[in-house]
Amino acid sequence: MSGEEFVPLSLTPLLIGTFAAIACALPGNFLVLRKQALIGDAISHVVLPGIVVAFILTGAISTWPMMLGAAGAAVVAVVMIEAIRRLGQIEPGAAMGVVFTTMFAAGVLLLEQTDTSTVHLDVEHALYGNLESLIWLDAVGWSSLLDIDALAGLPPELLRIALTLAAVSVFTWLFWRPLKISTFDEGFARTIGIRTGPLGFALVITAAIAAVAAFDAVGSIIVIAMFICPPAAARMMTNRLETQIAWSVAFAVTSAVLGYVLAGYGPLWLGMADAVSAAGMIATVAGLILAVAAIWGPCRTRAGAPGSA
Amino acid sequence: MTLELAANHGVSVQENGLGSSPLAIRGLTVSYGQKPAVFSVDMTVQPGAMTAIIGPNGAGKSTLLKAALGIVPALSGQVTVYGDALEKQRARIAYVPQRASVDWDFPTRVIDVVLMGLSRQLGLLGRVRARHMACAMDCLNRVGMRDFADRQIGQLSGGQQQRVFLARALAQDADLYLLDEPFAGVDAATEKAIIAVLKALKEAGKTVVVVHHDLATVTDYFDHVFLINTSKVAEGPVNQAFTAETLQAAYGGRLATAQIDQISRALG
Amino acid sequence: MLWDALTLQLGYNASLVAIGAALLGVSAGVTGTFLFLRKRALVSDAISHATLPGVCLAFMVLVAFGGDGRNLLGLLAGSALSAWVGLLCMNWLTRHTRLAEDAAIGAVLSVFFGFGIVLLTVIQTMGVGRQAGLEGFLLGSTAGMLWADALIIAVGGAATLVLVMILRRPMTMVAFDPEYAAARGLPVHRIDLAMMGLVMAVTVVGLKIVGLILIVALLIIPAVTARFWTERSDRVVLLAGVAGGVSGYVGAALSASAPNLPTGPIIVLVSFALFALSLLLAPVRGVLAAVLRHLRFQRRVHIRQGLLALAQGQKIYEPLTLRLLKRAGLARADGVATEAGKARAAKALRDEKRWEIVRADQAHEATAALYDGLRDIETVLTRDQIAEIDRQIGGPQGVVA
Repeated sequence: MSGEEFVPLSLTPLLIGTFAAIACALPGNFLVLRKQALIGDAISHVVLPGIVVAFILTGAISTWPMMLGAAGAAVVAVVMIEAIRRLGQIEPGAAMGVVFTTMFAAGVLLLEQTDTSTVHLDVEHALYGNLESLIWLDAVGWSSLLDIDALAGLPPELLRIALTLAAVSVFTWLFWRPLKISTFDEGFARTIGIRTGPLGFALVITAAIAAVAAFDAVGSIIVIAMFICPPAAARMMTNRLETQIAWSVAFAVTSAVLGYVLAGYGPLWLGMADAVSAAGMIATVAGLILAVAAIWGPCRTRAGAPGSA
Repeated sequence: MTLELAANHGVSVQENGLGSSPLAIRGLTVSYGQKPAVFSVDMTVQPGAMTAIIGPNGAGKSTLLKAALGIVPALSGQVTVYGDALEKQRARIAYVPQRASVDWDFPTRVIDVVLMGLSRQLGLLGRVRARHMACAMDCLNRVGMRDFADRQIGQLSGGQQQRVFLARALAQDADLYLLDEPFAGVDAATEKAIIAVLKALKEAGKTVVVVHHDLATVTDYFDHVFLINTSKVAEGPVNQAFTAETLQAAYGGRLATAQIDQISRALG
Repeated sequence: MLWDALTLQLGYNASLVAIGAALLGVSAGVTGTFLFLRKRALVSDAISHATLPGVCLAFMVLVAFGGDGRNLLGLLAGSALSAWVGLLCMNWLTRHTRLAEDAAIGAVLSVFFGFGIVLLTVIQTMGVGRQAGLEGFLLGSTAGMLWADALIIAVGGAATLVLVMILRRPMTMVAFDPEYAAARGLPVHRIDLAMMGLVMAVTVVGLKIVGLILIVALLIIPAVTARFWTERSDRVVLLAGVAGGVSGYVGAALSASAPNLPTGPIIVLVSFALFALSLLLAPVRGVLAAVLRHLRFQRRVHIRQGLLALAQGQKIYEPLTLRLLKRAGLARADGVATEAGKARAAKALRDEKRWEIVRADQAHEATAALYDGLRDIETVLTRDQIAEIDRQIGGPQGVVA
């Protein structure tokens, strides 16, 4: 395909999908190891009410209030889950189930009660986004990458997700050591002065930020799939955390690129006229990668015989 | 106990009366739910000694240690480390948790676990350099696990896992070592190796506190004991505090008379 | 309007939906309780999301065979099939790989759902998708529901409930203590599968009313709600059924009473309201009760410790202890005991001595196990026994202060 076609139509969605996938997969590694994988699921469900509330308060579809609303909803959800778990002595899975379904239901109800006929805000969009529409109309070819005027016309989602990815990467890099130690051995982490409570909360907030930014561009299915599938597949490839992170990033990129290409061109190859959902296809590819890793991955089963000697 | 301590003149004595012992606890109560697991316990760890914390199952041994280190919240009570607040003296403490408390399926190697002990020196972003690596390898060597440095931790036996934990504590190069049931479910060779390392630490002037459950080895391994059954039963040098009476008081009916006789005979 | 809805006066369809929702709520509440007691609540999340590809594939098959693809029975059969495949994938992942259950749930949920979305877009390009109303399965929609569909839901809800009632006893045993159940010769694995089968049935029946994203709520929230009120598993099951049934019925009625009140979310929100009330107000496990109990307990601990310190002439360092003693009239602001305080302190110290004797005496083994630092010795020993112990301690001892 020529640059004239590729750059305006496919480059930006590909980049956005890839950045979103990596931004979710990075914190996903720790969430999966901490057996908190479903926090990602919960967060991506509560983004909807956050956005709806932001819309009701501001009366317009503007990005920053909505991102703030979504992030706020994620924080509220995490605090509520923690409160129900502690106060009611309810196991975390059930506490999560109570909170995210309720908040999602509230979001749907609010949406129904609000007149959103003039704006593009509906549940389907929230679920699977619209990656395909994030095109770069000002581009005419590869040369546009150097053209300031054309660059100004980049979809704003690209900049946001790139910034988010940078922030998530910095967080992971900066707190690598405490994150690793407290995930492995929380008691020990506390004795060497790591504040495990705030750190765990920061991890969840980072995941929430990644989820909100990714959600804005690609919808919540990619978010859940990328939190879990690449890290889970990566865990079956290696027994070292550093290597696992690298694998998870590789899997995230592969899912995003392959999923986007298959969604865009796969149906054409099969003789159908229209493309299918890119978000759905990216999740599907991530699942296939996980399946392959689960069947053939070198470290797919639990090691030897731990426990008592 | 506290009255005796008051004679000890340090700056902090005026403030809280806890002296400058490596670990001093007063009035510590911890409860899970409505029943205290540890009730109003005072403890003063002797510097340079090896102390065993002894008591029946569920007597609050591990809870005492965890609450002293702030791992579980206390309902009331005060703790000082070397006469200072715990937070200020973290660097002087090395803690070895129970083996069962961590996820052994975690993707990491033996050497990485030992390097965790150096994380205070390394800080957030410090690179692991050759000297850190050498230090970690040396610690592994001291517990006889040098050859396992590159193994995934889940592939180790229970005894080997325990030794790796001890190596991590050694890497911390602390003054006060706190170990929670290090001999639970380990093989005889490991037990011997661990006790040798602990005795070497004591020779080097360090203070060691061990939650221990095997009464038969107390006199061989330790010079001080702390008997607990929810509240403190006795505390002192082995030959004074580890007696048939104190054991009877700590274990009550849970220890057969024959066992107590045997131990008191061993004590001479 | 609402009253009409609650008393089934809004026409056949609305009434049937309300009855169906109530039946569904009861069976979801009961089934969900077993999942919850087995600590696998979120398995239902994977199962429900995994229905989507099945619904889409069934639609495509129906269209391929010349139908209009709106046959509810056919779609539900498809959803059941793919939910079952999803469940098998999840079980395989947890059994044969190192993945924990939560990761397996999340993986199945997102991948099946993502694949379902792909199929949904395929259907839309087939040119019949919008009319098919498959989006309705995401969030449920009872508006414009056909009489036959409403009947299927009511009958399905009732059938699931009957199945739950039949399997109630073995499922309770497995949820409560799987090892004991196995020892009794119950086929634990098969009962587990049956439990999952029921979850699937509830999900499938509920698809049309509450949708696949929110059906999870009906399986989880009533069970959690019921858990606050009782410690007995059979009662949890019963109460969860009631909570689920009430939520289903009231929710469906509310939703029928006014426009723009989607059935699924309303049912979930009613169910959450019941949960929130229970969380706060339940007599033993409720937050209010727990907070009061904790404060009382903390007060007891501090006063007891304070009294012991007074009796032994130790200074009281903790401000909270001192404050509590002062408020109880047992000590003055400077930490010196009042007359009442002295008496109580002496008694506390003496009790502590008595306990010491009790705990060292094998004859009192059972009593000694009750020691926790707080229990009054009078509550565990008779007056004669205490007198005997006092004789061992020796004459009354003065307060050291």
